[in-house]
Amino acid sequence: MELYFGLKVLWWLVLGVLLMGLAIMVGMDMGVGTLLRFVGRDDNERRVCLNAIGPHWDGNQVWFILGGGAIFAAFPLIYATAFSGLYVVMLLLLWTMIVRPLGFEYRSKLPSATWRNAWDWALLVSGAVPMIIYGAAMGNMLQGVPFHFDWDMRSYYTGSFVSLLNPFAVLCGLLSLSLSIYMGGVMLMGRAGGAVAPRARKAAMGAAIAAIVLFTLGGIWVSFLPGFVLEHAPAPGLPQNPLQQQASVVAGGLLANYRSQPLLWAVPALGYAGMLLGLLAVRGRRSTLAWWLGAGAWIGVIGTVGAALFPFLMPSSSEPSQSLTLWNSVSSQTTLLWATGFAAVFVPLVIWYTSWAFWVMRGEVDAAAIQHDEHAY
Amino acid sequence: MIDSTVVELSRWQFAVTALYHYLFVPLTLGLSFFIAAVETVYVTTGKAIYREMAEFWAKLFVVNMALGIATGLTMEFEFGTNWSFYSGFVGDIFGAPLAIEGLMAFFMESTFVGLMIFGWKRLSKVQHLLVTYLVAFGTNLSALWILIANSFMQDPVGAKFNPVTMRMELDSFSSLIFSHDAQAKFVHTSIAGYVTAAIFVTGISAYYMYRNRHMAMARRSFRMAALFGVLATAGVITLGDALGFVGGQAQPSKLAAMEAMWQTEPAPAAFNVIAWPSQDQKRNLFEVQVPYVLTPLLTHTMTQEIPGVDWIEADAAKRIANGIPAVAALKVLSKDPTNVDALAQFNSHQKDLGYGFLVKRYAPDQDVEKATPADIQKAANDAVPNVFAMFWSFRVMVGLGLAMLAYFVLAVIFSVRNDVENRKWFLRLAPWMIPIPFIANEFGWLTAEIGRQPWTVYGLLPTWMSASSHSVGYMVFSLIGFVTLYTVFIVIEMTLMVKFIRKGPSSHGHGDHAPPRPALGGRAAAVAMMRKED
Repeated sequence: MELYFGLKVLWWLVLGVLLMGLAIMVGMDMGVGTLLRFVGRDDNERRVCLNAIGPHWDGNQVWFILGGGAIFAAFPLIYATAFSGLYVVMLLLLWTMIVRPLGFEYRSKLPSATWRNAWDWALLVSGAVPMIIYGAAMGNMLQGVPFHFDWDMRSYYTGSFVSLLNPFAVLCGLLSLSLSIYMGGVMLMGRAGGAVAPRARKAAMGAAIAAIVLFTLGGIWVSFLPGFVLEHAPAPGLPQNPLQQQASVVAGGLLANYRSQPLLWAVPALGYAGMLLGLLAVRGRRSTLAWWLGAGAWIGVIGTVGAALFPFLMPSSSEPSQSLTLWNSVSSQTTLLWATGFAAVFVPLVIWYTSWAFWVMRGEVDAAAIQHDEHAY
Repeated sequence: MIDSTVVELSRWQFAVTALYHYLFVPLTLGLSFFIAAVETVYVTTGKAIYREMAEFWAKLFVVNMALGIATGLTMEFEFGTNWSFYSGFVGDIFGAPLAIEGLMAFFMESTFVGLMIFGWKRLSKVQHLLVTYLVAFGTNLSALWILIANSFMQDPVGAKFNPVTMRMELDSFSSLIFSHDAQAKFVHTSIAGYVTAAIFVTGISAYYMYRNRHMAMARRSFRMAALFGVLATAGVITLGDALGFVGGQAQPSKLAAMEAMWQTEPAPAAFNVIAWPSQDQKRNLFEVQVPYVLTPLLTHTMTQEIPGVDWIEADAAKRIANGIPAVAALKVLSKDPTNVDALAQFNSHQKDLGYGFLVKRYAPDQDVEKATPADIQKAANDAVPNVFAMFWSFRVMVGLGLAMLAYFVLAVIFSVRNDVENRKWFLRLAPWMIPIPFIANEFGWLTAEIGRQPWTVYGLLPTWMSASSHSVGYMVFSLIGFVTLYTVFIVIEMTLMVKFIRKGPSSHGHGDHAPPRPALGGRAAAVAMMRKED
């Protein structure tokens, strides 16, 4: 039982790491996609931008796919309930994300200006929309989503598509978009060179300021939002399902964890530190440092959400007692054990060869070489 | 109750997105290894022509792979979006291989494909070769884990139901990954990918040879791919036989439908070469039979009886009756997880839980305890998949497989005799063979997945229960969305593919590598090039 409890907490942390990894790596590429039309004024400059992330976007995107797979494996009930409940939003996310691989691979394969221009728009949409949805989804988790279960654990979502795009969720979506633009800008500052770098720098500064403002507004808003409290539930280390617990809504409950564990304030502080110092680093043209600070900002922001919700993952606003927590939506002990084994071996391996790939392709993109390389984007 | 239109639309959407995704996957599986083989020759012999070949095929590889990756995104999330009950019910088992696929295989493939494309100038020859192999291994490892997941749906081993969490849970990870179905299916499917790539390469090479273009490259590519192809096709057929053998043990209903066997016959049973099965009349309106052949073909014995549709329906009716108390006990347990009587009742009927679910849709108020014998019979009739679709999907796949074997035997003979260039009829035929493996792959998928019906997880979870509870409107919207997007994508992909094939390798395949750079330096050259291109 103690083992199972430990595994549950471990996989809650792993879920956090995956969501952060996804936001940092995929978010950076999406930021580049969003910025493409603004920092690249002609085709040549845009190709430089695309080739800066060209060798990496595909690997980075696996963070997104692995995120989906890991939620399926470790939190099957979240995978089932959240993805079916947020159906139309998920479709928007998928349909925009599907365009992205084609944008990278196909855009520069034909010389036509109309063709390339169309793909540039596609990359803009497939960069900005998924990041807004990503943030909005987190915003909805903070507020709770209307769903309930039958006796056999069939889930029903009772809200509408529009209700998922409520003002608070949109604010979270914009925060996520800002951070992604910041990361994309910083990446281009370091690797694009030429006329692109100063424009990317300006965009990153603007994005950092926007993120600071949005994070502050979000924080104030959260303190007025109701939170959820578990009143009665099986012990955390036991197998259980959401029909076996009692939970209720309390005003200001999202800050309850912070009030009882003041040390947790360090998490949002990390988010602020990342954004503020990141802004300074961008000003000082320290792009590598600014990238790591941006990663810190993402860790702080996503950590803030996780700490506010704990132990909830997806509260139900219509049937609070049927809320999904990390205790009741998690996989069995056997599955978690095996997953832990695989993660222990392969996560370090992935990080190692990803770093190697970045190291091989390090340095500024050579604008002239792109023109002669038939494999370049 | 979940609307049956929603279930049907969800099935259509899954079939459309999976079949579409599967248009791109097999070529990726095979072409990655073909490119690695070509590059190996380049590294060992140092002949520039092989590097050119590797780069050319890699260009087509990337065009294909982009859509494979794009449409794979849909697959990773579609279980949750559209099959949420399924996902909650078996996610504890099914999710793990998908996550491991991402972590162990897809990360490798995707990270190294970037280096494979962009790394020519930054990596040493040997490093680049290693990278190409890692892409190929990553791709094929991906297929392994996906097929392990799929095999759980075909033959759910290594799992047991937990009444406390109301779902299936992993019992034995080794049973899951060493499932016989998974082993046979992985080899069968990945080799089918090699066949696909081999036909693709020979077809395009023949197109060049017929026009007397890029001869050095085309001749070499043709020969390598023909050898690759003849071995692979023989392998596919052998493993297909093994898969039929393994699958037949685990899924008798799939086998009966595939062979249009309505009545159980004493062994050795006759084999229907062609037939016109009618599900309503439960017989073949027309059939051409070879006596005694079916039994040795499927069971590798002369004496083992093969259950026909009649036996399967009778067996299903018995198991439904036995499964009803299991479902009833579960309902009690959901409110009172420690109820001793309900637990005892559940345990003694647990093995037929899935069959209890099967009758739920016909029972009054979906209460299985109220099910009449007529309801049970209706559900039992459902236990057999669509015989017509199964019979013919299987035969199309096998027929095309045999045609490809004949093609490759000829290709190897001609290529070894060095006179393939003179066989104009063969060179004209070869490009028309390219669609054949793609069609065979799709029919293979249909055979495997239609044959699994009426279950998403064989014998355990009926398809009609598995879908998410969406409205019809949402489903129509999403299905139209997918079909529209995917149609646009395939038009774009085919246009690019055909364009690149027509254009051929950049230096005309004579081994003279890379056009000289313009004398202009850096940016000026770039601008000049752009003007020229526009």
